[in-house]
Amino acid sequence: MSWLPIALVAVPLVGAVASAVPAVRDRAVAWGIAVSALVLVLAAALAAVFDHGRPATMQLETDQPWIPGLGLRFHLGVDGVSLPLVVLTALLAFLCFVHLAGHPPAGGRPGALVVTLLVLEVGMIGTFLALDLLLFFVFFEVVLVPMYFVIALWGGAGRRAAAVKFILYTLLGSAVLLIGLLVVRTQAGTLDMVALAGRHGAGITRSAQILAFLAIGLGLAVKTPMWPLHTWLPDAHTEAPTVGSVLLAGVLLKMGSYGYARIAIPVLPEGAAALAPWLGAFAVVGIAYGSLACLAQRDLKRMIAYSSVGHMGFVLLGFASLTPVGLNGALFANVAHGLITGLLFFLAGAVKERYGTTDMVRLGGGMLRRLPYVGSLLTFACVASLGLPGLAGFWGEMLALLGAFRPAAALSRPLFLVFMAVGGLGTVLTAAYFLVMLSRVTHGRAVETIPLGGPLEPPPEPEEPLRPDEPPRPPLATAEGVREVLSEVGEGAEPVEPVATGAAVAALDREDVRQETARAGAAAAGAAGAFGAGAADAAEAGRGRRRFGEVSAYELAAWLPLVALIVLFGLWPKALLAVTTPAVQSLLGSGAPP
Amino acid sequence: MTGGTIQSIDYAAVAAPLVLVLVAGLVLLLDAFLPARPGGARALGLVTLGGLAAALAVVAAQAVSGATRRTFCVPASLGGESASGRAAAASCSFVADRFTLVIAAVVLAAGLVVVLLSMTEIAVQRGTGPAERGRIPAGEWYFLLLATLTGAVLLPASRDLIMLVVSLELVSLPVFALTALRRHDGRASEAALKLFLVSVVSTAITLFGVSLLYGVTGSVHLGRIAAALRTAGDTAGDMAQVTAVAVVLVVAGFAFKIAAVPFHFWAADVYRGAPVPIAALLSVVSKASGFAGLILLLTSALAGQAALWAPGVAVVAALTMTAGNVLAMRQRAAVRLLAWSSVAQSGYILAPLAAYAAEPHAAPHAEPRVAVGASVAYLVFYAAMNLIAFSVVTLMARRHADDPGDLSGGGFGSEGDAETGDLEAYRGLVWRSPAAGLSLAFALVCLAGLPPGLAGLFAKIVVFRAVVDGGLGWLAVVVAANTVAGLYYYIAWTARLFAPPAAGESRTVSTRAAAGVAVAVTVAVTVVFSVAPQVVLSVAQ
Repeated sequence: MSWLPIALVAVPLVGAVASAVPAVRDRAVAWGIAVSALVLVLAAALAAVFDHGRPATMQLETDQPWIPGLGLRFHLGVDGVSLPLVVLTALLAFLCFVHLAGHPPAGGRPGALVVTLLVLEVGMIGTFLALDLLLFFVFFEVVLVPMYFVIALWGGAGRRAAAVKFILYTLLGSAVLLIGLLVVRTQAGTLDMVALAGRHGAGITRSAQILAFLAIGLGLAVKTPMWPLHTWLPDAHTEAPTVGSVLLAGVLLKMGSYGYARIAIPVLPEGAAALAPWLGAFAVVGIAYGSLACLAQRDLKRMIAYSSVGHMGFVLLGFASLTPVGLNGALFANVAHGLITGLLFFLAGAVKERYGTTDMVRLGGGMLRRLPYVGSLLTFACVASLGLPGLAGFWGEMLALLGAFRPAAALSRPLFLVFMAVGGLGTVLTAAYFLVMLSRVTHGRAVETIPLGGPLEPPPEPEEPLRPDEPPRPPLATAEGVREVLSEVGEGAEPVEPVATGAAVAALDREDVRQETARAGAAAAGAAGAFGAGAADAAEAGRGRRRFGEVSAYELAAWLPLVALIVLFGLWPKALLAVTTPAVQSLLGSGAPP
Repeated sequence: MTGGTIQSIDYAAVAAPLVLVLVAGLVLLLDAFLPARPGGARALGLVTLGGLAAALAVVAAQAVSGATRRTFCVPASLGGESASGRAAAASCSFVADRFTLVIAAVVLAAGLVVVLLSMTEIAVQRGTGPAERGRIPAGEWYFLLLATLTGAVLLPASRDLIMLVVSLELVSLPVFALTALRRHDGRASEAALKLFLVSVVSTAITLFGVSLLYGVTGSVHLGRIAAALRTAGDTAGDMAQVTAVAVVLVVAGFAFKIAAVPFHFWAADVYRGAPVPIAALLSVVSKASGFAGLILLLTSALAGQAALWAPGVAVVAALTMTAGNVLAMRQRAAVRLLAWSSVAQSGYILAPLAAYAAEPHAAPHAEPRVAVGASVAYLVFYAAMNLIAFSVVTLMARRHADDPGDLSGGGFGSEGDAETGDLEAYRGLVWRSPAAGLSLAFALVCLAGLPPGLAGLFAKIVVFRAVVDGGLGWLAVVVAANTVAGLYYYIAWTARLFAPPAAGESRTVSTRAAAGVAVAVTVAVTVVFSVAPQVVLSVAQ
């Protein structure tokens, strides 16, 4: 029994509960940073204590009975498959809290957001640590309600519909997943993942394996998401606040793909072999569809969301090959996608904050010139995402395609060669849409519309968080609208070009907030304490912005670790592969070809 | 009892219903003889609470002793001839076994909560009702409540058809009066009439089925009916068809009580018309006793006929949860939504029973006969979760009744429940009254079966497990789809709680009332069930 995995789950939970204490509530964001930093330290300790000599075996296990009536045991542990994801989760959660300190999303109530994110972290880390089928399911479900609220309370204009779509879709997935898990339990008589994986499907009839794999696979496919079941994702990603998008793309999607590696494939090998061609087919359709959909997007956030569909397609293709190489690639692509897409969503959030929109047409071009830091980082992240060799995005997709090139013996090689060809085409399309996007947004001539100050002037007064019952900001304000309002307000009487820049929109915002505040009156006074904390943070953010010019210290602190890791894993993929390879081989059983 | 025909009654076995009956009489006497002063209603409420607590203590003591107590027994010598000519074994009409005690404990605990809610309700009525007209008479109210609870405690102990029907009527009859006790309220009267008619029809149907069963088997004791049907099974002929009709009729009669499709139409109107505590009573106590009777009949008397009734129960369960969820989606009034949601929850409780007939070889590791345990466990979880929701709704209703502005418009009759019922009234409740708002949010998330409402999640897992073990894959898929459908309206309501309050809405909910205690108690119990669901699972199986 080891206390580390328990602490990893317990610390954020206790942190969330303690956020109700008034003294903590006033400094909620600082508390969130402290708690998530502690979790990150624990995760680092986990990685340090982990015996890297034998990553295939489950380590640091805790196995206590919880609900004997259901056969549910509180069984946690970590091996080479889960360790990178645990560390990734802890890191991204910590970076999100750091980002939150400087850039609280519209919607106010930072304390409530901190509680929500901490509960989310419990579910995310717990999912990766759980070694009991039902415990896995419980943690899998824990993330739903917090993520719903993150989207529904702090999201963009269409947040409510997006949040409802997200939770209904994913709950349908997890209900089907539960049926599959219970079929496994009924057949095999145990919920212990380690024992089940060790048996490699012994004791479960072929038909039951296919049925269970279908149910579990479908359940996980909603979360991952697999192509026809992905429709919740673009809305959820687009409407979620920055931290929500980062965690959604960076961690929540991984919970689905991790389920394939941990449960579906090792526990049900015959079912996997029977259904792998279907999985591969849907995966490559997802790759192609995601890339084509990206080409058609106007909205930056939406485009990144669709690119996730394509990237997760590579992950699924790797799983479908049922080879150690493919699985390795899938797990690598998993982590790489978490880092890269996390960074991309951070950057999209930064763009949205500065321009007030993520619509690529209205962003115009020349971001590299106007916002050199953001523009160059965006270029870097896009290049990493399209799979440039030397960066983290490359290895996972390469290995996944390699796995498809030589799939497991039970699978039809010609079919998988076709999959590989389509996947390869997908990489080209991926490169295409990212380069098109870069040429539209970062390159070209900057259209300077507001000569004075530019969009990076810290606002003269700290932005009051908007109350979420109102349309949060007018991000889709047309140029005419901006001009009208500006002329009415009397500031910035110059005519504006058809690009709504940050300052114009910010001016609109401030006006809106003023009216809002006047109207809200006494009702707002009640929440003044919470707002006070937010204002202090915003002031700090202002100082940070001055120091680094266009990016705040919080943003740099959140982005640079991701950049460093993307480069590190790109140049030294063995750092990750050394941990996953033995684990993957043991998951597939000794019979699998190398 | 050796051979004698004079029965000796084991008073220890019947202690719990006995306590309730005595307290009911005491309440009526106190009401008649105590001077009518403002604190009187409160005193009666406290006496009722004390009686319920005593009965609960008796049940707990019986559970701790662990022994199964029987009384009102018919010795084997009086068993008459069964169909095979063998003498039947001794049969008892009242058995206090584990199942009995669990259901009795649920009913009594729910009764405690309902009494707490009633104290609030009656205090509000006294405080704001225009003079004497239309106020709720406290003595009658508590007496009727205790009478209902007596029936509900007797019912799970019943082991013969006559006692089963009598207890069921004892549960139902006082509820008509309770529903209509708020006089000069059109909606309440309509609800009472509707409930009365539905209940009378269902009783008639049940009685018809019961008489057929008696005709076929020649016995009213459940154990003897099972034995008779078992031996008659081989010589089946016309009697088998009569048995089938009897099974259908009896099940239909109980389906009325638990508001299962196609006998569910009364639920929303009656819940809405009745005072909120009575709606809570209907949704938990009445439903628990209906299920207890149904489970007893199906698994004790008709276990051999499982192949006959299990598919029917599966279809009814699927239809019930689907209809309840679909109807709940369109509701804009809190109590009506809870009414349909409780219809849907009835479907979940029924679903494991459909797996009762599962053949063991279909699932090598499935424990046989977990079906009943799953249903009872879900019932217990459901009772706790649903009572939180009703407690908070009572608090909200009280808030509006407290506000004279709400009463000025429609006179007393409307009693402001146009607003209390409206889901919009819950907008921003979490920010205005964190305790009440968070409790309701917790209850709704529990009912939806999502963490942090772990109690609801485990309840759902128990049901899924029983259904999957029973090999009813299609029913599992229907349950899965319904979980999602249910989430739609639960999450919409929860989101309203967290939405910013409507403009000008700054009132808070008073939590000083007894209903506040009810909220606290139910939340505490549900949290315990969430962290340690084994508490429920170990007693339910």
